[in-house]
Amino acid sequence: MDWIIQPWPWWISGILIGLTVPLLFILVGKSFGISTSLQQAGAMCAPNSKLEYLSKHDRRANLWTIVFAIGIAAGAFIATRFLSNEPVEFLPESFKTPRGGIKLLIGGFLIGFGTRYAGGCTSGHSITGISNLNWPSLVATIFFFVGGLAVTWGLGHLIF
Amino acid sequence: MSETSKPEEKPYGVSIRGYISVLLIGAYLGILFVKSEVASWQRIHDMFLFREAHMYLIISLAIIVAMISMLVIKRLGVRSVDGKPITYKPKPYHTGVIIGGMLFGAGWAITGACPGPVYAQVGAGEWMALFTLGGAMLGMFGYAALKPRLPH
Repeated sequence: MDWIIQPWPWWISGILIGLTVPLLFILVGKSFGISTSLQQAGAMCAPNSKLEYLSKHDRRANLWTIVFAIGIAAGAFIATRFLSNEPVEFLPESFKTPRGGIKLLIGGFLIGFGTRYAGGCTSGHSITGISNLNWPSLVATIFFFVGGLAVTWGLGHLIF
Repeated sequence: MSETSKPEEKPYGVSIRGYISVLLIGAYLGILFVKSEVASWQRIHDMFLFREAHMYLIISLAIIVAMISMLVIKRLGVRSVDGKPITYKPKPYHTGVIIGGMLFGAGWAITGACPGPVYAQVGAGEWMALFTLGGAMLGMFGYAALKPRLPH
């Protein structure tokens, strides 16, 4: 059982993450995508907002995205508490400072704004979109990497 | 049309059994995000630095497995458990795919997390990730406010 405690190899992870797409389609009839949960949370917080993006959002059809997010958090809790020996490091120590918090807040803002403007993230565009041969999703994925590489290579010395 | 998460053509909620499935599939994915280290900042940083192939291999293989699954579903006419046909609703192309895509990529590189792993980090007790999640909510509200004025 030692292999469970270790980090899992890329091929097990890749296969099992890919299977999320048919699992959600077959068991729930929904298309795999995570960032819609942000819009759903916003629409639930402000159902009578003047902003159509929130008030016209179908909260009933998308409520599952919040349940999905809770499930992800619960799974991560199980994996760190019961399926790992050593403490799992998610963020480096350098982020656990006020300055780190500001960096995460700004980066988080870009995630929320960017995924909603692009209409999806790594799950909805890169995995579900490309696997369904949806070309805009391929374009989106290319630009995810354009943005990420530009920041890492161009501003990396300032940020990290 | 530019809206991607508007109501589906025949909007319907999810049954109690469906919500239990969603919760279990979410937990399955949360375990995977931790055990594959997809939710670890260092893995994302090393991906963008081309230091290791780990993330590229996982994402590529996940796409291939999902693609084969969709081919099988279409070929065999597999239906969902409540008997509905399985259809993918294509996400449309618009300017936001490029601009929003780049902004998200930048955020992914800074925080080392995309939306799924943010939930995983919070669930695992990495409380600093609440800044990422809070930022993501602010970003979503920012987009909601600016949407009418942005090119789509």
